[in-house]
Amino acid sequence: MSKSRKVAGLALVAALLAAPALAGKTGLGREALPEEVAAWDIDVRPDGAGLPPGKGSVRDGEQLYLQQCASCHGEFGEGAGRWPVLVGGQGSLKSEGPEKTIGSFWPYASTTFDYIKRAMPYGNARSLSDDDVYAITAFLLNQNGLVKDDFILTKENFSKVKLPNEQAFYDDDREKAERHFWQKDPCMKNCKPDAKVIGRARMIDVTPEDGKSIKVE
Amino acid sequence: MDQDPQFQKSRRGFLGGLGATAAGLTLAQAGSARAQATPDPAITEIQDWNRYLGDGVAANPYGKPSKFEKHVVRRDVEWLTASRESSVNFTPLHALDGIITPNGLCFERHHGGSPEIDPAKHRLMINGLVDKPLVFTMEDLKRFPGRVNKVFFLECAANGGMEWKGAQLNGCQFTHGMVHNVMYTGIPLKVLLDEAGVKTNGKWIMPEGADSSAMTRSIPIEKAMQDCLVVWGMNGEALRQEQGYPLRIVVPGWEGNMWVKWLRRIEVGDQPWHHREETSKYTDLLADGRSRRFTWIMDAKSVVTSPSPQAPLKFKGPNVLSGLAWSGRGSIRRVDISIDGGKNWQTARLDGPVLPLSLTRFYVDFDWDGREMLIQSRAMDDTGYVQPTKDELRKVRGLNSIYHNNGIQTWLVRSNGETENVEIS
Repeated sequence: MSKSRKVAGLALVAALLAAPALAGKTGLGREALPEEVAAWDIDVRPDGAGLPPGKGSVRDGEQLYLQQCASCHGEFGEGAGRWPVLVGGQGSLKSEGPEKTIGSFWPYASTTFDYIKRAMPYGNARSLSDDDVYAITAFLLNQNGLVKDDFILTKENFSKVKLPNEQAFYDDDREKAERHFWQKDPCMKNCKPDAKVIGRARMIDVTPEDGKSIKVE
Repeated sequence: MDQDPQFQKSRRGFLGGLGATAAGLTLAQAGSARAQATPDPAITEIQDWNRYLGDGVAANPYGKPSKFEKHVVRRDVEWLTASRESSVNFTPLHALDGIITPNGLCFERHHGGSPEIDPAKHRLMINGLVDKPLVFTMEDLKRFPGRVNKVFFLECAANGGMEWKGAQLNGCQFTHGMVHNVMYTGIPLKVLLDEAGVKTNGKWIMPEGADSSAMTRSIPIEKAMQDCLVVWGMNGEALRQEQGYPLRIVVPGWEGNMWVKWLRRIEVGDQPWHHREETSKYTDLLADGRSRRFTWIMDAKSVVTSPSPQAPLKFKGPNVLSGLAWSGRGSIRRVDISIDGGKNWQTARLDGPVLPLSLTRFYVDFDWDGREMLIQSRAMDDTGYVQPTKDELRKVRGLNSIYHNNGIQTWLVRSNGETENVEIS
């Protein structure tokens, strides 16, 4: 092989190897079809973006809830066993046992709709119709004292429903509120009085051990 | 063998260096290297494994740990959750070393069980505020230029969540085991987002899982473009099913819940979605009844893995104290150890790679004379953040925040070596 052909050959290899990295787009993948986007893009936001057409009443929601939800969440949303409590808890957030329900804690009603539609009922996700999801959401809002018994939740009136705890959320402020955790020289010697044991895990005895099943219910 | 009731001033003279009272402490039989009156049959008798042939190369096409290590497993706490499909198990930190977590021991957290997904039927869609919505197969993704391998810790925001009100679970597997550290193989998320073309008003992304909980979280576009990855490999092999096979998103330094497994879709939007896992869950309720949201970064944290309740001290004399430190803000700069409940501290030795946003291994080699100890570790990262005590943390956050408990852990080591999770003054 002549010297010039060898050089040309190397140049070709280099061009081949470099080409994908130089191109702005790879062209990999394909365009998603509108039907495909519609099948997966079911998410809903607080401003109502993503809500499907439809409606559901508190009354219909009660029936559906009793059939589809009550075995885990309790007939009144009180939660069976350790399954999530959905109703009540107002005024409990500063107590020793805060109860974080849709009415007491959740900031947005859209979260309820979105979550039921994507993941409920547990073990049979995506089995409810959009009207079913509107109705169950309406019922849960009603049980939390937020809408009347004759209320019908629709795509149009959805974003008018406000949850009482919305304003109690604020963005992460640790780098300001916990500024004192940034220290130049943490103490190394005689930093505190002698330490005394004031609590022991073994007194509570809830740690699983081999062959021993612990129930604390 | 150490016959001196005073602490040795040796290169391992850690206890002496901390200057606690030595007098009055008794010293029993020290060390494991005791004198042997009769010959050791482990040496003098020919063992079966020395005489007979072992397994052939076809016996274990996929190798497993020795049967003598069968106690080193993930374990769960049955009473924590209503159902094992929406539950968690814990990495056995007390039995591991180095910085990489073996794939089969990485803790699991599922919200609708761990699905078995056929990779040939798995798709990744990118839609929303993009120039062109796209669909990729797994084979498409593996042809992208710019493949990377990176080590990151993943910690569940609820790691230690049971300990806010006091010492509860007796083992670092349970108090700290919702963390693992893995080398991932995949491509920067930015590469995929650029391929679809994010519109100028695209400020947030929302990864979504293909499992029955269809997990979703909102992530700001800056983070997505900065260092998030879309990965199919962990520690050199395919993702394990329970870690998201065939595809997951990696969100370095941020809470594990955001690292959506079984990743099937990424939507680009102009606002956060405020879905269940960023409102009802993974928000931090403070004492005044208000709640912090979007507390994504994992604060610097550390724990002594040995000794710990599941790994008690067995011998006096030479011992190795070991543990892990990590920070979601950068690299670990220093780890200090106390044996007197935080009164005096000494700096530990870091060993192995000290990587940003990765678990970092630390050691203190020491001679133990059998005295009772209150062992603590305190991590410091390269932003100057110093891991706070549990009380310092409670002063700011109260007792109800569940998530982001990075307070200093205390192990009480009794004179017989037994070790317990305790709270101290």
